[in-house]
Amino acid sequence: MKGIFTICRKELADHFSSTRFILLFYLILMVSLVTAFMVGTGLRDELKDVAKPTFVFLLLFTSSGKLFSLIQFIAIFGPLLGIVLGFDSVNRERSARTLSKLASQPIYRDYIINGKFLAGLIIIVIMLLAIVLMISGLGLLLIGVVPGPEDIWRLFIYLVISVFYIGFWLGISILFSVAFRSMATSALASIACWIFFSFFVALGASVVSDAIAPVDQTAASQNPELLIHHEQVRKVISLVSPMTLYSEATTIILDPLRKTTQSLLLMGPFERLSISRFQNPLPLSESIYIVFPHLISLIAITLVCFAISYAVFMRQEIRST
Amino acid sequence: MNEQTVIETQDLTKVYGEQVAVGHLTLKIYHGEIFGFLGPNGAGKTTTLLMLLGLSEPTSGKAWVCGFDPTREPLKVKRVVGYLPENVGFYDDMNAFQNLQFIGRLNGIPDDVSLPKIEEVLNLVNLNPEPKKKVGEFSRGMRQRLGIAEVLLKDPQVVFLDEPTLGLDPDGSHQMLELIQSLSRDKKITVFFSSHLLDQVQKISTRIGIMLKGTMVAVGRIEDLVKEKLGLEEGRYTLEELYMKYFKEGQS
Repeated sequence: MKGIFTICRKELADHFSSTRFILLFYLILMVSLVTAFMVGTGLRDELKDVAKPTFVFLLLFTSSGKLFSLIQFIAIFGPLLGIVLGFDSVNRERSARTLSKLASQPIYRDYIINGKFLAGLIIIVIMLLAIVLMISGLGLLLIGVVPGPEDIWRLFIYLVISVFYIGFWLGISILFSVAFRSMATSALASIACWIFFSFFVALGASVVSDAIAPVDQTAASQNPELLIHHEQVRKVISLVSPMTLYSEATTIILDPLRKTTQSLLLMGPFERLSISRFQNPLPLSESIYIVFPHLISLIAITLVCFAISYAVFMRQEIRST
Repeated sequence: MNEQTVIETQDLTKVYGEQVAVGHLTLKIYHGEIFGFLGPNGAGKTTTLLMLLGLSEPTSGKAWVCGFDPTREPLKVKRVVGYLPENVGFYDDMNAFQNLQFIGRLNGIPDDVSLPKIEEVLNLVNLNPEPKKKVGEFSRGMRQRLGIAEVLLKDPQVVFLDEPTLGLDPDGSHQMLELIQSLSRDKKITVFFSSHLLDQVQKISTRIGIMLKGTMVAVGRIEDLVKEKLGLEEGRYTLEELYMKYFKEGQS
């Protein structure tokens, strides 16, 4: 076990002293400042028509203000953070010829990947925590609402989900850095993956659902089941994207008024009723219950891509030339 | 197994696809020897080293290093074996001390033990860089010596050196050879090294092995091989003649 921490420690030192990290730091500082300011100033207008506002503090993270909300931002660009941290982790050592030396030390080979993954995760945790704390602090200054214990719990769960989400992308980029010898190739492959899963899956989902369960106007008016079937297919396909999983899970966790991840079309009558009639927030346990499958899937895909990097790395022969 | 035997292989074979990289290698290397491993590029020398270290799995056959099977117990082998790869790499943005300390930690040497130890091995290889100097700025000779220091840090019983003098200037390679000899003489470390520079091999090896196309064609003391192959008396030959004789036979 000690070997993992030795490698992790060195990787952390590498991260902290790299220009990459400093750039990321400024990026994050900017994002937090901008979001907090935008949301903080727009929040008053947003709450004007609400009779009894609850969980105002969480609105700092979910309200989209004039441009985007923090959770949207993380959902779209969080993967890049993971990719930046991992795309050159193994092949950099290969091209610097340090990998064969590392592998000839008395440590298990998986310690190398584990240590690198762990160091990446620590960086991710630090960065996310910094964002959330900075926005909270600025929000406190701007709107003057103090978070209650439930807000804090929800934020904490949000952080955990986000770490897994970005960790998945870290895993993907480490996998590519094992599989490809060139750093440019692995960076491009990771970015291609990111674009595919984040933007094209949603698009593809509607195309495929049109093909599998076509809806034409006249048939649908006689048989609403068709519409529902169409929507179900689209929904299932779009869940292939980790971004969809993540956005659904985090909006439920951070917005207690949301009671289901289903779109209006697929809601049962009771769900619809509860949304229109009862403007009460869900208790935390219920919110967690709703997104539990999402959580499990996120964790599972993270582990799967990690397992693949393992398998690839273990079989690779490590030569110095 | 004879307790004097440090490395032993039996029918060790590695096949890549169709190509046999190492074929039925049976070899014994004894304690405290300097074994020179010769052969043209691509003859399978590095592959053999990798198999002995457990970095590459043999297709068939067996090997023991210090009594451990590198395939089954790679960690135990790596604990007692130091490996200096050809063109060794370092973390260029750290200094020599940090590089060695990192390797020491990976070997489970606590920092307070490794501190004096690092001084000691750096002195031994005659490398006293300024503390601020990053390894990226080192000359080739310094890097090679740092590589040896790194290998010695874990007090190995056996060292594998892959082309240790490649690209060094005459003075540098002379120092390197003396260093290798002193390892065997003073520390009783078994040295297994591969090289193309035949005069150097002749100077320091106790025994040599010549590998051609994955097959070991000759193993033994240089004098014995010369007597057997060339029919010459001691002192009237160079290793080059012997090597070329084997090489040409292998070609035809």
